[in-house]
Amino acid sequence: MKSSSQVGASSKEEAPGRQPTTTPTRIAAPKTNKGVAKQAAGTPWLFLAPYLILFIGFVLIPIVFGLWISLHAWDYTRPLQPFVGLANYVSLFQPDSPYFESFWSSMQATGIFTVFSVPLLLTIPLAVALLMASKFPGRNFFRAVYFAPYVLGVAVISVLWRYLLDNNIGLVNYYLGAIGLPDNIAWTTSTPAAWVALIGVTVWWTLGFNAVIYLAALQDIPGELYEAARVDGANKWQQFLNVTIPGLRPVLSFVTIVTLIASVNMFGQSYLITLGGPGRETRTAIYQIAETGLRNFQMGNAAAMSYVLTLFLMLLSLIVFWLFREKKEGK
Amino acid sequence: MTQLTESDASTASGASGAGNSGNLSTKRADPAGRRKMVLRLIILSIVALIFISPLIFMFVTSFKTREDATGIPPSWIPDPFSLQAYESILAPGSSTPVLRWFLNSMVAALLHAALVVVISALAAYPLARMEFRGKKIVFGVIVATLLVPPVILIIPNYLIVSGLGWLNALVAIIVPTAASAFGVFFMRQFFGALPEDLEEAARLDGANRFEMFTKIILPLAKPAMATLALLAFLTNWNDFLWPIYVLFSPEVQTLPAGLSTLQSANAVRYDLLMAGAVMASLPVLALFVFLQRFIIEGVSRSGVKG
Repeated sequence: MKSSSQVGASSKEEAPGRQPTTTPTRIAAPKTNKGVAKQAAGTPWLFLAPYLILFIGFVLIPIVFGLWISLHAWDYTRPLQPFVGLANYVSLFQPDSPYFESFWSSMQATGIFTVFSVPLLLTIPLAVALLMASKFPGRNFFRAVYFAPYVLGVAVISVLWRYLLDNNIGLVNYYLGAIGLPDNIAWTTSTPAAWVALIGVTVWWTLGFNAVIYLAALQDIPGELYEAARVDGANKWQQFLNVTIPGLRPVLSFVTIVTLIASVNMFGQSYLITLGGPGRETRTAIYQIAETGLRNFQMGNAAAMSYVLTLFLMLLSLIVFWLFREKKEGK
Repeated sequence: MTQLTESDASTASGASGAGNSGNLSTKRADPAGRRKMVLRLIILSIVALIFISPLIFMFVTSFKTREDATGIPPSWIPDPFSLQAYESILAPGSSTPVLRWFLNSMVAALLHAALVVVISALAAYPLARMEFRGKKIVFGVIVATLLVPPVILIIPNYLIVSGLGWLNALVAIIVPTAASAFGVFFMRQFFGALPEDLEEAARLDGANRFEMFTKIILPLAKPAMATLALLAFLTNWNDFLWPIYVLFSPEVQTLPAGLSTLQSANAVRYDLLMAGAVMASLPVLALFVFLQRFIIEGVSRSGVKG
């Protein structure tokens, strides 16, 4: 991923607006700095210190501390936190425990959301990016329009869509009725409509992010490759399969992982649009963990849940890595 | 919203030369290709309009009266035009102090962005341009935590923040999230792409490493730092899960967390909710309108790097 063409491209993108004269426009040489000044042994660590203090304090220690918490009946509101070994984990797998049902139904909600949102978020933005890959007047304007919802926070878009999806006075039902479709769908209070709503809103909100990454990757594919494919008599579809897809492969795995992690971490939409309902059907795993640990202060249970969820997520990520690796070797 | 479209259009037309050699558009001259182009523009425009219409409706509704906001059929022009919603949510002494939330969000996001840029740039410099023992390990550990989902941090960090006495204070949303791996990657990539012998002249003048960093490297890194600051500001401004649990008094909440409070206090007062949502959107949309190239290119480079 560090080919010199990409380094050149990124520094070219850096230039507009600021300091076009001082920013070097082309960097060809490999950049190992062995020849540059030697420094005192402590110098690098002085530079690193502020970052590392926060990194250790709020990332590394919490990872281990979280495990420690999960081994205790940790109740924030009580003075003593008795050690219970693996009991918090065991209780997640015992059908008669109070945490079994709530945890696995929230895992199911996260699963449903992920299974349907990830494929849509991989394909629709790719279609958008392909539409905008060639030069045409106003391209940057359209790119900005499709990206715009993404700069808004989940709270804004959720409060907005709860209004638009309102059963009685919402825009969505009104226009559905106007074109002759059912106009009384309970988007926020019944399933499967609530899932359609949550997934649809998420696609609308984050589509621009994936599209912009695809678009940057598409523009890095050398035009000569398409030229060569055309000369060989490849049609548009063959060009897509044999030039575009291989060219996108590294970015495709990145986008898949990022989208997967984002979907598994879904929280705000469910918290504000459906309020986790109907019942607890759309209450996701993150929602359940946050409520268990930070609202009901059962932190031992919540920490155990978060490690189980993490295990699932890491397995999924490994599978994705493996899938993309496999294809690469096959080529 | 009209401002958004106008200034975006001007940026777009001014910057159309930036694209690479087009993949598909070689036949510009012939009329068939031209017709195809016009057709594509029309389709794209219609889809873009539908795509952006929820945001337009949010702005429109915020200027409606309470009755108008829930009227059927929904109208796209406020009748009468009303500032009632804003007057109501911005009134002093309200139990939902939106103005206070706005200021809290602004202070937190600005300080957070500054902190991220400073510590990321400092940390990235030796990682990009010095040789020292332990460099690979430090960088490897930072990389590895990219795969750690944030969910396992929230419970322990809540206890750590509580132990520091930071619960229910803005510092809780400014500092703990500042050590982002992304910031270090981003700055390291930029520093690494600068020419090798940059510091050489300064070294001959007897400058130390810190002077080389502040006098030579940082001035060149202004665009990268601006982009990182922008992304950090947006992330912090929009953050939702962490603030709603660590900030619980009305007067310390951020605006996104406050929107949740506003929603539970005024379930069907959509005029108020949309005015609050507009308040939470204005700073980020304004940044986006003026600096969208920095934002989009910062984001798209995060993928190219991956």
